[in-house]
Amino acid sequence: MKVRTHYPPWAAVTGLLRAMWIIFKYQFRRPVTIQYPEQRAPVAPRNRGRIVLTRDPDGEERCVGCYLCAVVCPVDCIALQATEDEHGRRYPEWFQINFSRCIYCGFCEEACPTYAIQLTPDYEMGEHQRSHLIYHKDDLLIDGPGKRHQYNFYRHAGVEIGGKDKGEAIAEEPAVDIRDLLP
Amino acid sequence: MSAHAELLTRMAVTLVVLLVAAPMLVWVERRLLARFQLRLGPNRVGPFGILQTVADALKLLTKEDWVPPFADPVPYVVAPMILGITVLGAFAVVPFTASGAIVDLDVGLLFFLAMSSVGVYSVMLAGVASNSKYAMLGAVRAAAQMISYELAMGLSLASIVLIAGSFNLHDIVVAQQGLPYVVIQPFAFVVFVIAGLAELKRAPFDLPEAENEIVAGFHTEYSSMKFALFFLGEYLGMILIGAIATTVFLGGGNGPFLPAPVWFAIKVGLFIYLFIWARATLPRFRYDHLMAFGWKVLLPVALLNLMVTGALVVARTAGS
Repeated sequence: MKVRTHYPPWAAVTGLLRAMWIIFKYQFRRPVTIQYPEQRAPVAPRNRGRIVLTRDPDGEERCVGCYLCAVVCPVDCIALQATEDEHGRRYPEWFQINFSRCIYCGFCEEACPTYAIQLTPDYEMGEHQRSHLIYHKDDLLIDGPGKRHQYNFYRHAGVEIGGKDKGEAIAEEPAVDIRDLLP
Repeated sequence: MSAHAELLTRMAVTLVVLLVAAPMLVWVERRLLARFQLRLGPNRVGPFGILQTVADALKLLTKEDWVPPFADPVPYVVAPMILGITVLGAFAVVPFTASGAIVDLDVGLLFFLAMSSVGVYSVMLAGVASNSKYAMLGAVRAAAQMISYELAMGLSLASIVLIAGSFNLHDIVVAQQGLPYVVIQPFAFVVFVIAGLAELKRAPFDLPEAENEIVAGFHTEYSSMKFALFFLGEYLGMILIGAIATTVFLGGGNGPFLPAPVWFAIKVGLFIYLFIWARATLPRFRYDHLMAFGWKVLLPVALLNLMVTGALVVARTAGS
């Protein structure tokens, strides 16, 4: 593109008048302001907001306490302690997210192997005290399955838990009797 | 009514109207500027946000009135007063009504120029007395700018004085009964409006308080009511320049049907709209451009205009 370096002497005036005219027209446009508490900007369904822990369709906790979310978190705002119940199901004994540090990057959701941890479109999390921004397990756990309605980790995983033996998972072959394979 | 009582009522009415109008102007500017920028502006406090300025004024009043320990206290305190006094004083000669101004001064136009010149001292004193680098820079810029543009302003007004044959603002208004001087003197009008904008230190001539470079310029160190006085001075200055432009170029209160003060207010409103419009449109001048424009464009145009006007006036008086 050729850059224009020489302008006629009246260019300053015409340029100024044109700018003034454009701005004059702008005052008749509709303002773009969204008046927040009354009006709200539409939020995308996959917006990354407040983090929740979901349950599987049977109502059990999805989180298996694998620590992947805590590891991947770039600001180290997730802390948990895994434990096991009498049926061999792993679950977090306690689970904390410090939302005063969270940057809502969504890495925890991507890292989660069981779709337990999910980000929601809720962004109104203001508090008067910083300590109120530390959410515990009962603040985080919701009653529904979140984005994956049917997914149940223990129905897919080969691990043996109470009520489901090895080889009974979806798309899993029956367990091989290793003695049969002896020559 | 005795002459003194009438004078007092006129002064009181003018003062009340101005001191109500100036804070309202803050709201008007914020709303209007917002619309130019596709925003809404303050609309929460009171109907249409009209009480926003009341809230702002209360906030300013309740702030700590602080004199910095490094400042020179006497000129520091006096500086904002000078601005308030000069700006309000200049309104004494503005003929709002059909019967003229508060003071029917025969050198009214000179009085206005003198007052705006004294106003420069306020800015300079504020900057020097604050004893801080940003205030100092702002004051230096303000002094240079206002002195340079005052010349062009005075010259543009001088051509009007040549035509009207009087410094008395009321006489100038009366002389425009047939044709406002903006038609006869378009160049003087443009020069006056531009120089007026520069006198007001408003965008695009807001170098003395360029917040992106020098915080707030000459009033960086001011707080509370002293800051409010500078603020008030700026908005009263807008009304003043609008009023002088109305008086000298648009025929003051002349106009059909409506009474003179209403016409006057409408015309001043147009100028204030223009000032806000210019602020919404134009970016700030660079310092050397500002000086070059003032001395190499505005001053020659005003001078040439004055010379041509003078020649024509002489030719007409010689012919008749």
